[in-house]
This record gives sequence, C-alpha cells and structure tokens, in this order.
Amino acid sequence: MKSYCFPKKQLVPGWGSKYFIFHFFIISLYIVYIMNPIKKLFDNIHPYVEEGGKFHAFRSLVDGFETFAFVPNTTSRVGSVNIHDAIDSKRIMSFVVIALLPALLFGMYNVGYQNALAAGHLADATFWGMFWYGFLAVLPKIIVSYVVGLGIEFTVAQWKNEEIQEGFLVSGIIIPMIVPVTCPLWMLAIAVAFSVILAKEIFGGTGMNIFNPALITRAFLFFSYPSAMTGDATVWVAQDTILGLGYKSADVYTAATPLGEAAQAGFQGFAPETIQNAITGLIPGCIGETSVIAIALGGLLLLCTGIASWKTMLSVFVGGAATGYLMQALGLTHILWYEHLVLGGFAFGAVFMATDPVTSARTECGKYVYGLLIGFIAVLVRVLNPGYPEGMMLAILLMNLFASLIDYCFVQRNINMRAKRAAIK
Amino acid sequence: MAKVIKLRKGLDINLRGKATRETLAVDCPGEYALMPDDFCGVKPKVVVKEGDAVKAGDALFVDKLHPEVKFVSPVSGTVSMVERGDRRKLLSIRVKSLTPSLSKGEGEDSRQFTPPSEGTGEAIKALMLESGLFAFLRQRPYDVVANPDDKPKAIFVSAFNSMPLSQDFEYVLQGQEAEFQAGLSALAKLAKVYLGVSAKQTAKALTEAKDCEVNIFDGPAPAGNVGVQINHVCPVNKGEVVWTMGAEEVIFLGRLLKTGKVDFTRTIALAGSEVKAPKYYKVKVGQKLTTLLNEKLTVKNEKLTAENEKSGAGSVRIINGNVMTGLKTTAEGFLGAHATEVNVIPEGDHADEMLGWIMPRFNTFSTHRSYLSWLFGKKKEYVIDARIKGGERHMIMSGEYDKVFPMDIYAGYLVKAIIAGDIDRQEALGIYEVAPEDFAIAEFVDSSKLELQRIVREGLDILRKENA
Repeated sequence: MKSYCFPKKQLVPGWGSKYFIFHFFIISLYIVYIMNPIKKLFDNIHPYVEEGGKFHAFRSLVDGFETFAFVPNTTSRVGSVNIHDAIDSKRIMSFVVIALLPALLFGMYNVGYQNALAAGHLADATFWGMFWYGFLAVLPKIIVSYVVGLGIEFTVAQWKNEEIQEGFLVSGIIIPMIVPVTCPLWMLAIAVAFSVILAKEIFGGTGMNIFNPALITRAFLFFSYPSAMTGDATVWVAQDTILGLGYKSADVYTAATPLGEAAQAGFQGFAPETIQNAITGLIPGCIGETSVIAIALGGLLLLCTGIASWKTMLSVFVGGAATGYLMQALGLTHILWYEHLVLGGFAFGAVFMATDPVTSARTECGKYVYGLLIGFIAVLVRVLNPGYPEGMMLAILLMNLFASLIDYCFVQRNINMRAKRAAIK
Repeated sequence: MAKVIKLRKGLDINLRGKATRETLAVDCPGEYALMPDDFCGVKPKVVVKEGDAVKAGDALFVDKLHPEVKFVSPVSGTVSMVERGDRRKLLSIRVKSLTPSLSKGEGEDSRQFTPPSEGTGEAIKALMLESGLFAFLRQRPYDVVANPDDKPKAIFVSAFNSMPLSQDFEYVLQGQEAEFQAGLSALAKLAKVYLGVSAKQTAKALTEAKDCEVNIFDGPAPAGNVGVQINHVCPVNKGEVVWTMGAEEVIFLGRLLKTGKVDFTRTIALAGSEVKAPKYYKVKVGQKLTTLLNEKLTVKNEKLTAENEKSGAGSVRIINGNVMTGLKTTAEGFLGAHATEVNVIPEGDHADEMLGWIMPRFNTFSTHRSYLSWLFGKKKEYVIDARIKGGERHMIMSGEYDKVFPMDIYAGYLVKAIIAGDIDRQEALGIYEVAPEDFAIAEFVDSSKLELQRIVREGLDILRKENA
C-alpha cells in the first residue's frame, strides 16, 4: 500500500525494535484512517477547482488547506538550488501564533477575573469559571477577526491567482488581544477590513506592507471610536454575564488602567501592588497585553527560535527604560522608569509588534536604532502628552514609517564605501 | 606566509553520501556532447557539420561576437548530431568517439598544438584561444565567458569548493601538481593570479604555489566560491574586469603546455545519498552520464527512463554539477563543461509529508531553530530531497541572506533591486561583484523560497545587455 505519511526514515529517532510493533500499529492506523482519506479527498477535489472547473472560485481556499495538510510535493526548478531548508513562512507564522498563546490564555482568565472583581464576587469565583467566561468573551472576537481578515486574504489571493499568504494568521490573533474586551464585534470587523485592505493588500500583501496591520486595526478603532477604546474607563472590564457564566455588576463600574490613572491629576506614584499585578497581569487593559510573565514566555520562544530579532526587542526595552529614567530625573512624571516597561502595551508591543520583520528595520544595525526610538517615543508620548496615556501603538506606527529611512542610512553607508573604493582606484 | 582570511558568515550543509577517496576509471565509448548553455553569455556559431571528422582540440562552435574564442571537441571522432531546440537554439553538438577505451590508456589521435617557447602573455592567450581553453575562463562582472579584448586586473583560482558533496580538489590534485603549477605560471603571464586555498588544505602544491598570491580562507560555505574570495582580496569596481578559472581547468592548461594536446579528463566526485558507493571517477568533459551512473545508484537502471521521470516512481534527481548550483539532468544527459561532481539526491515529489508546518521533523535539516536539527550537532548527516518545502512568498524575514553571505554586500537589498529592475541601485549595491552561485546558500536558507540564483542570473543578463 502506498503510504501517505512522513517520508520513510522520518520517524522519531531512538524508536528501536522494542517499540516496533506498537509503532507500526499506530502508524498504520494513522495512515489508513486519517492520511489516505484526506489525501484522496484533496485528489478528488482538484479537478473541480482547477482552471475551468466548476468551483474554480475556491482554488485559493482548497490550496490553502491542502498546503497545510501536506507539505507541497513541488520540487525545485532547473536553474535554482536543488535542495531547500525545511523552514517556510507557514512554520514561522505558526510559531509566532504559539508564542502568543500564553498571553492570550492568560488574557482570557484576566477578563473573567476583572469581571468577578467588578461585581464584587471575586471570593466565590472559581478559576475555571473565570477562564471560561473570558474564553467566551474573547472567542467571538478571534472568530470575527479571522473570518473577516482571512476572507479578504482568500479573495485577494484568488483574484491575483496567488497562493494564500500566512501573514494574517499572526495579525488575526494579535488583533483581538490589543482591543478592550468590550469592543463591539461590528467595530472590530470594520477595522479589520480597513487594515487588511488599506494597510496590507494594496501594498501587495504580506512582506510588502509598511505598517503593522494589527496596529493599523487598533489605530483605526482608536481614532474612529475613541469612546469604545479608552474614554470613560468602563471599556476595560466586561460587566455582563455570558451564557450564564460571570457576573453582572450592580452599578456602572469604572476601572481605569494604571496608565489611565497615572494620567489623571493628583497622581503621586503607583502602589507596589499595582506593579506586582501588572507583572502577573491582573490589571484592566487590552485582552492580551496585561501579563508580563505570559508575554515573556512567548518572547522567550520567539528569541530561542530566532524568529524575533533580539536586537530590536532589547533596544525597545533599553530605549524605554532610559527615557523613563530621564523623565523621572527631570521630574516630569511620577512613574518610575521600570514601571513603564511593565505597564500598558509596552511589553506586548516590544515583544510581538516591534519585532515584526516586515515592518521593522531590515538592516542589523538599523534594528538597534529602530528599537531604541520606539522605546523613546512610547515613553515620551506617555509622559508628555496628557491626551494619550498609552504611547506604544503610536510609537511603533511612527517608527514603521521611519524604518526604511533608518535602513536607507545604513545601506547608503555601504554604497558610499563602494563608490569611494571605485574612486580611489 | 600566505594571508589567512577568516570568514564567519556562511553555512556548511552536511549531506549524506560524500565521495570516499578512491578513484575508478569509467569507459565511455560512444557519444560526447558539448553544450553551449554551459558557457554563459556566448552566442554560439556552429563551425562543423554532421558527419565531419574532428580531432580532440578542433573547434565545434565559436562565439559569434568573438570568433577567436573557440569551443573545442573533447574527443576525436565524427560529429554525430547538431541538436537544436525551439527557435533553432543550439542545444548541443555531439561527437561520436572513435577510440573504444580511453581509460585503458589507448592513445588518442588528438590535434597537436605547439606550446610557445618564449611564453609571453600574448602567446599564451593565443594558444588558449586556439585550443579552447580560453572558453573556460570566466569574468566578473556578469559571470560569463571572458572577453579576449579585456585586460583583466587579476585572475582568481579557487582551489577548493566548500559546497556540500563537492569534489575535494586536494585529492584530485595528487599526481598532477606539476601540471597545476604549469597552468598557474602560464596564467600569471596574462595577469596577476590569486589562488584561494582552504584552511584545511595542506598540500604544498597549493599552499606554496609559485607565480601567484596564495590566500587562505577559513570559514564555512560559500568560502570556496571565487566570488567571495575576490570580494575579500581585490573587489571588482565598476569598469574593472577580473577573470576566474576552475582549479581543475588550470590543470587542463598545464597538460596542454606539457604535451601539446587537449585533454579534458577530470576526476569528478559521484556523490549523494542515492549513490550506492560514492567515489571519484576519471571522466571526460561531455561524457554521457549513462556510462558513469550505470548500476551505481540506489534505483535500478531501467527505472531511470523518461516515463518514470514523469510519473515520479521512485525517482532520483541527477544533478550535473553540485547540488547547490548544478542543473537537473537525466541519465541520458552529458557531463557539463564545468561540472566537477555529479550529485544524485532523492526527488521527493511523492513524499506527501503531512502537517510539516507543525511536526517536529527530527530528521529534517534546517538552520532554523524551530526545528531541532541544531540539537543533533554538525556531525549528523542528512538526506535532503529536491522539494522546495514551502510556497514562494515576498521577502518576509530580514537578515536571512546576510547570515550566509560573506561579502560586504546587502544581499537582500541587492536582490530587491534586481527584482525591481533598478539598474543604478544594482550597481551601487555591488552587483558587479556577484555571481548566481554566491547566492546558492542564501537560496537554500530562504524561508520565502525565492529563486535567488535565477533572479541574479537574469539580472546580470539584463545589465550586460544594457551596458553593452
């Protein structure tokens, strides 16, 4: 029988003869009941979606799913390198999604926690009760974000006769994580559509965009519906029950984010508990951005796999800390320098958004400058602009714009060196 | 003492099936072929007809623009076929050999040249042009066959190939040291010769070669690429020309000077995971591969047919040249003019590997840390098939190419300039210094799966046309 599974010799090493029978059994079941039918299914569908087929309009969709199910069997063409590294953008993007999971799962829990806290039922709320409440509050946002975003991507891919690009897998999960839990779904849908079309697809898709699509989504919401994004501080906490889970707050409960508090008059510095909670993540805020520990777990994965540049990530923190220290020394703020790094979206932005390879600086030296400036501007906005308690989004978007200018300087240095060498000779 | 140049960037790919140091001879009665496509940038003009008798060293075709550059027959015999493709493009000229068994030392009735006694640069050049050896000189910029009217500022020879499964030149050189030195000395009459030697090579014929400047390169692939060596020793600026020659082709020149005969016998490595016992073989340029591959692959001979090629049943990929830079061919193909090895790897077009994007894939090689191959160390040998293993995307990750591109050139930016067709920017970013083969490792590691070598080749061709 023809085996549709791993190529031979691709099995787990060290599985000696002792486990052979067991191994053989599992693999055979796997092949017979899962692999062959799926492969056959795709083989059967193919004629319908190819050029001239009845369902040609779904080619990109079928292609997308098939390349996820099976590594494409396409081999390299004559005239290009004959062998390739196993890495591809699917793997890279999937790993970013995995890195985002700790922050997402914690965010779900925190949504439930804040709900219970608001209703004054923290004592009798269970862990799982709070988690499932948050899960149900967040899941619709994830679905809306993916359905709208991927829908547009699939359509564009079909229209341009290209393969589906995986970039939105990451954006689609980041977007629900950087909005308040009360953000209405229709707003989210409009914002996602706006950003996928105008920030990404018109530039040519993943790899060609200037601005981070997830941040454009947030910026769109932020400027179009300010009351739903910050405003009167009721947006950060879900205050209703969902399918019988959670609690309904008795009165209108207001809970500002710590940064929101800090922006108000009469602020004299945070209590140590606030900072502790900011590190664990039990503070009001956007769904995924609150827990520094969860973000650090994801950041660690990104750094270990080399997907995110440590240069960018480190310099954002260094830039933020240095500016925070300067502001503190100048007496402009009561927020201590390290508090900037754990509050609001700073850590999330530094780990997941600033390091986006497409929109960040591409030269190795440029990454330091790019990161330092993000940290600098984020803290600058937080401290000096009373209108915006949070500056991370604006800082990253601004530097997205300037990333190519930074690169230009470093590339130009190389060009000048070459021109000079030619002139001497 | 030779200068040691340490290179940090690059990547050594450890593939299974390296050739052991043992040389066998292969008989090749029958057809030989010379393919104009092996000589980049040449407009071929055929100077023989089918049925003509030629001797080894007689021209088969010449360059239309420089008729003095001749491309000569590797064997004596009769021209059996002038093969043309679409729009009468010349594909190959085949010569049927008269000598039944070359390997048994049977003398061949080659054309006799008279090596110049005084050995001036002009005389050497004239001999090389007439004997077809000039055709083996390549030039930077553009990586095409050298133009005899140019005055090169240097000639570069790399004595090692750092790509996986490549020929070990130090081993090939054994017993041919005198010819190699004679070739180098002759080249030195044309321009200053630089010899690039690997830090692992200890043969005196290399490290203490005369009439040339020896530079020792210590680092991973592509340190053996002559382009990398030029970039570190004597970079090419706009308007300058550097010639390069393969190390084994320098031996051809030495042989010619010694015997007055053209002898394109190479010791090539037949290597790769699909070769039963990878070894070295003495073959001639243009030899039919069937004779070389006969019963030496893991797949049966009868399976290497054209039908199986299409259906992909148990198919292997036979590569004319190195696995990183060579062209896919068939068992019916002929050994390329510049090929120093023939690599055979699995084609993999029927692998149907499931959920590759998330599986651990322990036995898969990757430079990326999301796979675990970095845990198994550098000693582990891998079998890599010819699949691309992903879809082509725009350039997403940054700095991927630069990690394996040991020149002071922003590889990613150069590739983008070539894609965009911006000639001024290509020049500014250093396109004159590169050849497609320099991008081979970058193309291997690229997660966006762009065909860098093809992009660079096309870019160079366009640039050459524009500058002509």
